[in-house]
Amino acid sequence: MPDQLGRLLVAGGRWEKRRIGLARPGKTRKVVDWAGANRSAGVVRFENVGLRYGMGQEILRDLTFRIEPNSFQFLTGPSGAGKTSLLKLLFLSLKPTRGLITLFGRDTSTLSSDNLAALRRRIGIVFQDFRLLDHMTTYENVALPFRIMGRDERSYRNEVVELLQWVGLGDRMWALPPVLSGGEKQRAAIARAVVARPHLLLADEPTGNVDPGLGKRLLHLFQELNKSGTSIVIATHDIALMDQFDARRLVLHGGRLHLYD
Amino acid sequence: MAPARKTTRPTAQAARQSAEAPAAPLPKMESPIVPHQSIGGRALVAVVAIMTFLAALTTGAVMLVRMNAADWQAEVLREVTIQIRPVDGQVTAAAVTQAAAIARGFAGVSEVRPLSQEESGRLLEPWLGSGLSLDELPVPRVIVVKLAPGAAVDIAGLREALAAKVPGASVDDHRGWIDRMRAIADFVMIGGIIVLGLVIAATILSVNFATRGAMAANRPVIEVLHFIGAQDRFIAGQFQRHFLWLGLKGGAIGGAAAIVLFALIRPVEALIRGNAGAEQFAALFGSITLGFNGYLVILAQIVVIAAVASEASRRTVNQTIAAI
Repeated sequence: MPDQLGRLLVAGGRWEKRRIGLARPGKTRKVVDWAGANRSAGVVRFENVGLRYGMGQEILRDLTFRIEPNSFQFLTGPSGAGKTSLLKLLFLSLKPTRGLITLFGRDTSTLSSDNLAALRRRIGIVFQDFRLLDHMTTYENVALPFRIMGRDERSYRNEVVELLQWVGLGDRMWALPPVLSGGEKQRAAIARAVVARPHLLLADEPTGNVDPGLGKRLLHLFQELNKSGTSIVIATHDIALMDQFDARRLVLHGGRLHLYD
Repeated sequence: MAPARKTTRPTAQAARQSAEAPAAPLPKMESPIVPHQSIGGRALVAVVAIMTFLAALTTGAVMLVRMNAADWQAEVLREVTIQIRPVDGQVTAAAVTQAAAIARGFAGVSEVRPLSQEESGRLLEPWLGSGLSLDELPVPRVIVVKLAPGAAVDIAGLREALAAKVPGASVDDHRGWIDRMRAIADFVMIGGIIVLGLVIAATILSVNFATRGAMAANRPVIEVLHFIGAQDRFIAGQFQRHFLWLGLKGGAIGGAAAIVLFALIRPVEALIRGNAGAEQFAALFGSITLGFNGYLVILAQIVVIAAVASEASRRTVNQTIAAI
């Protein structure tokens, strides 16, 4: 992937020029300041958030933290610590039992379903199990965020194709997910998460199914996305992966969050 | 993922060659958001087809009973029978002629036909055997009086006139039969409507459950669409359209099968005409033709059942989203 990414950077692909701002080496990188991302509020703000399932005990307690625009953080902790639950709170799949969650300056507890959908469009999600739609080609899966927006396919086709080439799936655009390898599915899932230029990217164990080499390349991809202005949260317990990149760590332990900036 | 290779910066010439190379065909968005081919979808089409067929058959049967009962009653109401019992000192043949003349004098009577002795003998054959001479028996004579359609004939006046001038004459307007037939027809109609209601309720329930079953297989699609920011009405709309189409497909198959069946009855009836069983069948059930309204009702059922499938999918999508 790095060489493909490099080729695209050197060749100056349209997606790359617009998105990453690295198209012309030597020029000052242009980092997009996402409109609408309220800098004072941060991208995400948790205040005393707690979560319990049913009548059980709280699995997340008193979480208070912020995710700033253009930031990069790892979310880690032992198995069962609640990483996936925290990610679900972040992409509005769960509602907190108590506390306040603010996304892009909006209190999520008061949003209508339409507004929630609009907020989700500003968040890219890479699921641990990829969640690609098996009846759609790789191209169609990656283009899905544009399709649900009702955009004309001609307006995004080249963009999707270039992104697929960038993640090394240029020759797998017509393939259906069941015939893709684990790494290919991973990259397709990442491409789908980033194609609509999310302001926040959440990735659940994005390197869990790939070999260390590919894991490193995927991390490089996330770094490039971060440089373009996307806030990144990667949930992982891969210490080796985290050691490769000096970033903020959110460590969940015993239902509480410890921040290591 | 291809193994990492050393990155080389392309030369300007290479870039030009690349730009001039024929462009590979770009992929297109061709797949529907909701997968068309699924076991659940095929099962739903089969369920809708079978239930639509049964509902259409029941509807057709109810409509046939209603139409034929009405026709039969109208037919019987257009006929009155005058019976002349032999009376001592009276020539029966003369009494028949006189009674026929009185009947012809009433407004609204279109035809008066005294049955001949031979015809009366044939009527009694099942009970008295053939070759019987009616002259030896005091057998009543019968006059068939046909009434003009829609005419209000003064039956009471006819009865009084005959009683005054023809001893032994009586008028039977079949009122007792009509009332009993009407009661039977109403009973059959009510029974048919109850059966139809049950069939339609079973159809709605089974289509509803089959739709939910088919939807269960699509939960991952709903989840993905939901998480990437699709609005609830967009997701519901996709599924509603898909299941409306499945419902229409199944409904069209079942409804068409029922329509073909009803349409085939008349040619089959013509083929077996003359057969004793066919005659009895025709006498009992009359014309087995649905008519335009019957076919219209079956078509309406197809649309309603498809709408049920569509609405069930919308509700299931909303419930699924709420559960997510």
